[in-house]
Amino acid sequence: MSAMPDVGLPAPLQAPGSHRVHGPSALGSDLHRFWSLTFTLARTEFKLRFYGSVLGYVWTLMRPLLLFSVLWVFFTKIGHVNDGTTPGEKYYGAQLLGSIVLFTFFIEGTTNAVRSVVDRENLVRKIHFPRLVIPLSVVLLGMFNLALNLIVVAIFAISAGVRPMLSWLELPLIVGALILFAAGMAMLLSALFVHFRDIQPIWEVVAQILFYASPVIISIQTVIAKLNPTLLHIYMLNPLAVIFQQFRHAMITNATPAAGQVLGSWSALFGALAIVVAIFVVGFLVFNRAAARIAENL
Amino acid sequence: MTLSPTADRAASAPCGPAAVSIEGVDKTFRLPHQQYSTLKERALHPFRSTDYDELHAVKGVSVEIATGEFFGIVGRNGSGKSTLLKCIAGIYGVDAGRISIAGRLSPFIELGVGFNMDLTARDNVIINAIMLGLSRRQARARFDEVIAFAELEEFIDLKLKNYSSGMLVRLAFATSIEVDAEILLIDEVLAVGDAAFQQKCFEQFYRLKREGRTIVFVSHDMYSVERFCDRAMLMERGKMVQIGEPRAIGRAYHKLNFGQLPHEAPIEDHSSSGTAIADAWFEGPGGERVTSCSQEDALNMCFEVRFGEDLEDPVFAATLRTELGHTIVVARSDQHGGNSGSFSAGETAIARFSIPSWLTPSRYTLTPSLAREGTGENALALVEDMTSVVVHGTTSGGILELPVEAKIERA
Repeated sequence: MSAMPDVGLPAPLQAPGSHRVHGPSALGSDLHRFWSLTFTLARTEFKLRFYGSVLGYVWTLMRPLLLFSVLWVFFTKIGHVNDGTTPGEKYYGAQLLGSIVLFTFFIEGTTNAVRSVVDRENLVRKIHFPRLVIPLSVVLLGMFNLALNLIVVAIFAISAGVRPMLSWLELPLIVGALILFAAGMAMLLSALFVHFRDIQPIWEVVAQILFYASPVIISIQTVIAKLNPTLLHIYMLNPLAVIFQQFRHAMITNATPAAGQVLGSWSALFGALAIVVAIFVVGFLVFNRAAARIAENL
Repeated sequence: MTLSPTADRAASAPCGPAAVSIEGVDKTFRLPHQQYSTLKERALHPFRSTDYDELHAVKGVSVEIATGEFFGIVGRNGSGKSTLLKCIAGIYGVDAGRISIAGRLSPFIELGVGFNMDLTARDNVIINAIMLGLSRRQARARFDEVIAFAELEEFIDLKLKNYSSGMLVRLAFATSIEVDAEILLIDEVLAVGDAAFQQKCFEQFYRLKREGRTIVFVSHDMYSVERFCDRAMLMERGKMVQIGEPRAIGRAYHKLNFGQLPHEAPIEDHSSSGTAIADAWFEGPGGERVTSCSQEDALNMCFEVRFGEDLEDPVFAATLRTELGHTIVVARSDQHGGNSGSFSAGETAIARFSIPSWLTPSRYTLTPSLAREGTGENALALVEDMTSVVVHGTTSGGILELPVEAKIERA
């Protein structure tokens, strides 16, 4: 795919008030319309899930809750891996549920985004609108679900004995970083999928790996105990590991260390942050480049 | 075939400032041989990715469409007409050339795009309006008008999957015209809906036309192009073949499709002497030529005959047919006007048949003919559907609006 050639025509002689038609772009020129479209698409999809089945929203909630129940029963009652006796495993249930909810948001947002542009072929080929609306509306839909799921986490945590802390104010920052990461991946994957259809199975495998490479089931103390410093540094390069751990520390219990304390200093988290920013920037650039020709490459 | 002088005039001089200006637009699609390349194939054949088929869909098209103009683009399948429309809409970027527009462009090119079958009409109308560029508040404000126009008040909370296709089209059409856009792009829409709704759509087109909106209309339905468009353009294999008055374009299009004109063939068979029908038209009540008129106006069916031989009392006849081909009337000079007199070679004559204003809203065609004295069967000249007129107004549902006097008495 090459860039559009410079056509080298003389300067346009345009009637006053007329403007040149440019091809499709990622962002468009009207940010208000961009937002309103993104919101409308996400809202529609959300509504459809409500209407789609008898229990509607409950099913969206059931997925993380069922996964949580299975893991919780297995690891506390049968496996006896985490029995809640070591300090870092205090409120293990709430920690587990919190991580699962965050992980569900990330994985649903990104895996749904992979096919999103191709699945909305009908719109893309027939309406002129900023293309980036599509993957971002998928992430926004995930955010609606995340907000509702976090309420469930809060109820669960409080009933388990977690008490409000000042560090709860960190929540927007933690969730914000996660959203940034998910949006970056969503842009990258949806643009690549137009050309490479095997992005989908690959990403499904990566999602599995990320699940085990992040503090979801295990607590960070176990990770610190088992990994040598180099491997631990690599482990903490995973943005999800940093985000989940900080969530557990700030939201559930400060008996488990903050993300910065895992490696001894906050500056060690620079790698993970750089990855989030890089994925976002690269994702945007790749999508932006693909946007002009997405309609004809579908 | 050649262009008539009127067509040349229309082609060269669109009046008013350009609403859409297209200069030397080129569009090429790159079609990879392997449609869905996979990473594995990429890795195994790193150089194969450059293997493209190029499809040159639009080649160097230049045209200016004036503000307030109804402009038709016709052509066969694959001629590049829809691609050009998508370039104007900004859905495809162009490879070369420039497209400028003056005014707000409706981003839609097809009706009902983005309708979700699992949502109600209410939700769909609002979503669609937002897609069109309205804010949520504006969309809500116009919702009632849209539903009223579509006549779907009873079904607003019904999911679209339970709608009939006709209801869907009504909803889609109603949504897309409730928009502020000054330039509308429309791709193949008029062949849908029942007759009454079609008529309503046509009235909306006239309204848009009166309001000075610019409409670019892609179709291969020559009837609607001839009916609405001020000018049309014929495309073939990505190039503009001809531009001009819609009738001339319609004839060129038929020629392209069938290698000949459907209504040109019989003439020469009937007369070797050069007797021919030179022109046919409709006249309004004031004697002016019309292509559309309101229902209340009386109409004259007129045609001009050029004689190539001496003839005594030839029979002039005008056949008026509906769009579906039903004959409304066959007006004959011998039955309605007596003997026509004698004509010598080289003379011309104009025949006029006036009919009362009993027509229902539709398009009517005029087939003029000339026959020797007698039964009228041995035609000297005949041109099928040579011209047409659109009658607009209201309908009671019958094929004619006969004058009716109602009287109700107690028995």
